[in-house]
Amino acid sequence: MQYVWDFRPVWLNFGVLLEGLVNTLKLSGFSIGLGLVIGLVLALGRLAPTRFLSIPATAIIEFYRNTPPLVHFFWYFYGLPILTGISLTPFAAAAAALSVQSGAFFAEVFRGGIVSVERGQWEAGRAIGMGHAQLMRRIILPQAFRRMIPPLMERSFELVKTTSLAATLTYGELVYKAMVLATQTYRPMEIYSTIAVMFFTVLFLASLGMRAVEHRLARRAAR
Amino acid sequence: MADATPVLAVEGLRKSFGPNEVLKGIDLKVGAGERIAILGSSGSGKSTFLRCINFMETPSAGRIVLDGAPIGTQGRGGVLAAKSAELRRLRTRVGMIFQQFNLFPHMTVLENVMEGPVTVKGLKREEARAKAQDYLKRVGLAEKADQYPQRLSGGQQQRVAIARALAMEPEILLFDEPTSSLDPELVGEVLDVILGLSQEGRTMLLVTHELGFAYHFATRVLFLHEGRIHEQGTPDEVLKNPGQERTQAFLRRFSAFHF
Amino acid sequence: MSYSFQFGEILANGDLLLRGLKLTVLLFALAFSGALVCGLFIGLARGSARRLPNLIATAYIELFRNTPVLVQLIWFYYAMPALTGWQPTAFTAAALGLFLNTSAYCAEIWRAGLQSLPAGQWEAGRAIGMSEWQLLRRIVVPQAIARMVPAFTNRGVELAKMTSIASTITVQELMYEAKMLSTQTFLPLETFTVVAVIYFVLIYPGTLAAYALERRLNSKGA
Repeated sequence: MQYVWDFRPVWLNFGVLLEGLVNTLKLSGFSIGLGLVIGLVLALGRLAPTRFLSIPATAIIEFYRNTPPLVHFFWYFYGLPILTGISLTPFAAAAAALSVQSGAFFAEVFRGGIVSVERGQWEAGRAIGMGHAQLMRRIILPQAFRRMIPPLMERSFELVKTTSLAATLTYGELVYKAMVLATQTYRPMEIYSTIAVMFFTVLFLASLGMRAVEHRLARRAAR
Repeated sequence: MADATPVLAVEGLRKSFGPNEVLKGIDLKVGAGERIAILGSSGSGKSTFLRCINFMETPSAGRIVLDGAPIGTQGRGGVLAAKSAELRRLRTRVGMIFQQFNLFPHMTVLENVMEGPVTVKGLKREEARAKAQDYLKRVGLAEKADQYPQRLSGGQQQRVAIARALAMEPEILLFDEPTSSLDPELVGEVLDVILGLSQEGRTMLLVTHELGFAYHFATRVLFLHEGRIHEQGTPDEVLKNPGQERTQAFLRRFSAFHF
Repeated sequence: MSYSFQFGEILANGDLLLRGLKLTVLLFALAFSGALVCGLFIGLARGSARRLPNLIATAYIELFRNTPVLVQLIWFYYAMPALTGWQPTAFTAAALGLFLNTSAYCAEIWRAGLQSLPAGQWEAGRAIGMSEWQLLRRIVVPQAIARMVPAFTNRGVELAKMTSIASTITVQELMYEAKMLSTQTFLPLETFTVVAVIYFVLIYPGTLAAYALERRLNSKGA
């Protein structure tokens, strides 16, 4: 059987797909930003000297890292409103689920970076009378930050891929737009292949960019 | 040595790594039972030469002839090409001992020696075990059979590596600087084993820095310089009365060497 | 704002979730076992010096790693039939997509694992006349595997989470049954909480195992 390709439905509706891509990036950007904040809070919580902070932070991190994101999408969209009385838009629910989940992963990157700073640095800070918070802010985080960048970027790419699950909440990101178009035009092959290429292009270029950044960091560290 | 078919013949052997030509045409005929010591400063190509013989490195040009039968065929641009089955046959006939021993760390000493006979030659395990124990006894390590290599000293590891090569019952043995990564006090036990083998009339080629040992071991000494055989002859000729200035200069650097 | 949880009704439908769970486990087992093996061959091609196998393997790996797994499953279920005329069942499409996706990640783990072995080990095997296949089976894989187990375990954890996405193409695994249950009972909060806990209980031991293996490996200094 010879398949006859027909990309016209794709070109005619390319604006719709672009709109979907923009929404994908919007959701990604928002969730990465919020996720980094949540991640830093969770990491500092996990490393805090008191158990009242470290145990809940650890629990949240481990729970979100070991459960499927799709469950959280549904939980925030269908479950949370029952608990709080506030119903979330698909965007808000997706952003909440993505931010907390990637926050849990970011937290482990932050923690890894912080722990990797050698003991002598902590001792030197304490020796001149710095408190825990001062030590973190002035001595540890600036040093840890550089080696966190590559894993943070990698985690962010994972997040971009995960945003596609927002389609299940009918948020109009790229996959959702494609599903709507596919049912309208009966051209699933062309449309789904096109969005695969779109995702690939964005993510592949981003990972090439990341390699360049990594290269530069390595060079600077060698100097 | 000259009249009978040589066990091994190397003809016009060349080897380049990228633009860098390491071997620039080497010819050598090895008769049965000959023991050849290959000397030369680092970068002279002596290890590469040895590694080309069993195709650990694929020669860029030339021929390797084993018992009258050439290995591989001349491919594009004169580069030797050999089928992997042919290479495997070659390597069961030509054993190699490495500078770094390269024992298999996940196997016991006995399993290391049995591995070739069982996996490659398809011997029955019982038969291979008996044979392996035999060869371990020969290198003086029968009691270490069930140990893992990491527990052994460097000298012991190298003796196991020799047993592993012997277990394949090869016609020729290649030693690639077998004592260069050993602590000085462990060199002797390995050299003793190799000397013991030379009493059995085996054909051996040895790359080494141990000039004193080369003198006692070899029936012929080659001195390699810049990818060519610069001088060759009996140990007495090359090591005591070298004709070439390069060889003399090389030997002078080993002032502390006694025969 | 006091909400009284009604977990009883969810637990009463435990058999429904259990049925879904069976399919989740089957999906995981098929995709993971296939990917571990297939990853070796793609990894070998990826590490190969030969241009063509290397190019194909690289393209494959990059393609699957740089597109969302949801798109891959949708593609195999809804798009591929248009091209090939073969309509797989939802389960087959999901298993295929997850298998190919995980293979790409496993290939990178294999490649790194194989490259971590000193060159002398390959040479020693060749020097006693081993074929490439014998080398892999007897020398390389047994040594590399210990180093790769933590990474494979992590990959298994990711795959276990990914299986839930199969629900979007109507595979009746755990997540799908949960959605059904939540609409039948009008108890989404309880349903998705219970399901999240089920996934956690299933997956967390894997993560703990990976931690432990990694620690043991580091202390061995391997």
